[in-house]
Amino acid sequence: MRGRLWGLALYLFVLGFILNLLGIVSHVMVSAFAKRWFGTPLPTAFTTEWFTYAWSNFDLGRILTVTLSVAGAVVVLALILGFPAAYILARRNFRGKPLLLLLYFLPLLIPQMTYGIPLATTLYRYAIGGTVAGVILANLVPMVPLAVFILMPFFEQISMNLEWGAAMMGANRFQVFRRILLPLTVPGLLTAGVLILVNTVSNFELTFLVSGAGSQTLVVALFYNVFAGGVRPVYSVDAMAVMYMTTVMLLLLLALRFVRPTQMVFRLDQPQR
Amino acid sequence: MRRTRAGEPSELDLMATACLVPSLLYVLVMFVYPFLYGIYMSLRPAKVAGFSLANYLTFFGDEWQYRTVWITFNIAVPNTVVVVSVALLLAYGMRRGIWLERTVTTILVLPISLGVILLAEGIIGFYGARGWFNQLLLGLGLLNEPLVLTHNYIGVMLSLFMQQFPFCFLMLLGYISGIDPSIENSARTLGAGPWTVFYKVMLPLMAPGIAIAFALVFVMSFGVFPSAILLGQPAGATRTIAIAAYQQAFESYDMSYASAIAVIMGVFQMAGLVIIVLLRRRMVMAATMGVGKR
Repeated sequence: MRGRLWGLALYLFVLGFILNLLGIVSHVMVSAFAKRWFGTPLPTAFTTEWFTYAWSNFDLGRILTVTLSVAGAVVVLALILGFPAAYILARRNFRGKPLLLLLYFLPLLIPQMTYGIPLATTLYRYAIGGTVAGVILANLVPMVPLAVFILMPFFEQISMNLEWGAAMMGANRFQVFRRILLPLTVPGLLTAGVLILVNTVSNFELTFLVSGAGSQTLVVALFYNVFAGGVRPVYSVDAMAVMYMTTVMLLLLLALRFVRPTQMVFRLDQPQR
Repeated sequence: MRRTRAGEPSELDLMATACLVPSLLYVLVMFVYPFLYGIYMSLRPAKVAGFSLANYLTFFGDEWQYRTVWITFNIAVPNTVVVVSVALLLAYGMRRGIWLERTVTTILVLPISLGVILLAEGIIGFYGARGWFNQLLLGLGLLNEPLVLTHNYIGVMLSLFMQQFPFCFLMLLGYISGIDPSIENSARTLGAGPWTVFYKVMLPLMAPGIAIAFALVFVMSFGVFPSAILLGQPAGATRTIAIAAYQQAFESYDMSYASAIAVIMGVFQMAGLVIIVLLRRRMVMAATMGVGKR
């Protein structure tokens, strides 16, 4: 009996947390569609004009273009840099491998504010800071290791025999890569790509420290508008937040088609169910 | 000593090196170099010629600055303890699988993917003076005037909890559900009650996972920046060390001093990690000694 009550309490907590979360998210959504909203459960009148207002006043067309091109470039570059390294780390043993893994793990472990300030300083010194290229380079710092760690277990699942067999049949290294490794790692590449995409779009600290006037991503622009609360109508900031949310949600829906949610935060070493 | 598994080529040949070099070079140039350069710069203050500890001395001599260390610990430590204990309690209770697992985990992943800023904007609205939360409490007659939950310490804690709880819960759930259930079953068969199973059997097994969770949540909370600005009082009660570093870098343009503050922040994070590792060792030793006495 006590066990039952205990279990019920746990579920109630999760339910509470979820309700609270949905409340937070839908408060933003309702507010974005409100004409005016003061202390009533729901606004008295609804409108969609805040979206057009936000779109034209916050220069959202350009911000969205920057966001998606930064995210796209980060995904492609992180996969190109991470793919070969993940292959070698999954397949070979060599002296210094634990050290190398630790080095790759550090950018994921250390908070971005700690290494972001020296990184931004360095980028500004070489006049890359404040540009879109600078934002891409800075975001790649945690994303290359992330790509390596996501891809590694996928390589570990591919049997060596396949590669040996192909080599026996006379395939050269490029053919093994093109015909064996690449097709078999497509799920891994999709997982890594989608996670890097979502992470880059919602990454705040590094982009904030490195971006300038023309290289802000959606989340950084949103920060400045929330920070300057009162300068713009709160409904228009919420409209922008809704557009940001829609972008992330679309990417996330795409992600959940390929990835189990727990894989986002935990290592991939459990066997696939 | 090099460990090699049977049937695996263990040499680092030309091809392997060529595969590793691009990403390694990237991490070295974009992560290690700026880090070392930051330490170097922090020792070369703008006003003094040559190497000097002036920046560090200024930081610890100025109450407005060194107070940020205390403020940050005051946010990070309680938050870490609350997040990890609640997540552990839930994950332990749900280690046998949960009802609607996929839906629940999907919803829990939401705050991670939505990011800090959207969450902050939502919390300002939802928990604000005119938000649904206060409306509900006022409507039920539980309160006479709205609770002030944003733009103060509570706001920052709320936002940190919302961000880190799902992350911590999913990590611990993954870790705990990986423990072989037959160990627990044997303990139950031998007559151990639920409390004994938790304390004597499961806790030592979960200790490494708990330590990792503590370490990650602590390190993340210590670097708190956007929520401390948006939901706290960035000029007062929640001026964390990350805000101090940012202000030196981008408001005073003193990169040398800013690097020094970033280094100090890094050192305190490391110190926190070391304490957690030491505590974990003691915890495991205490638990195994207890078992040994029987």
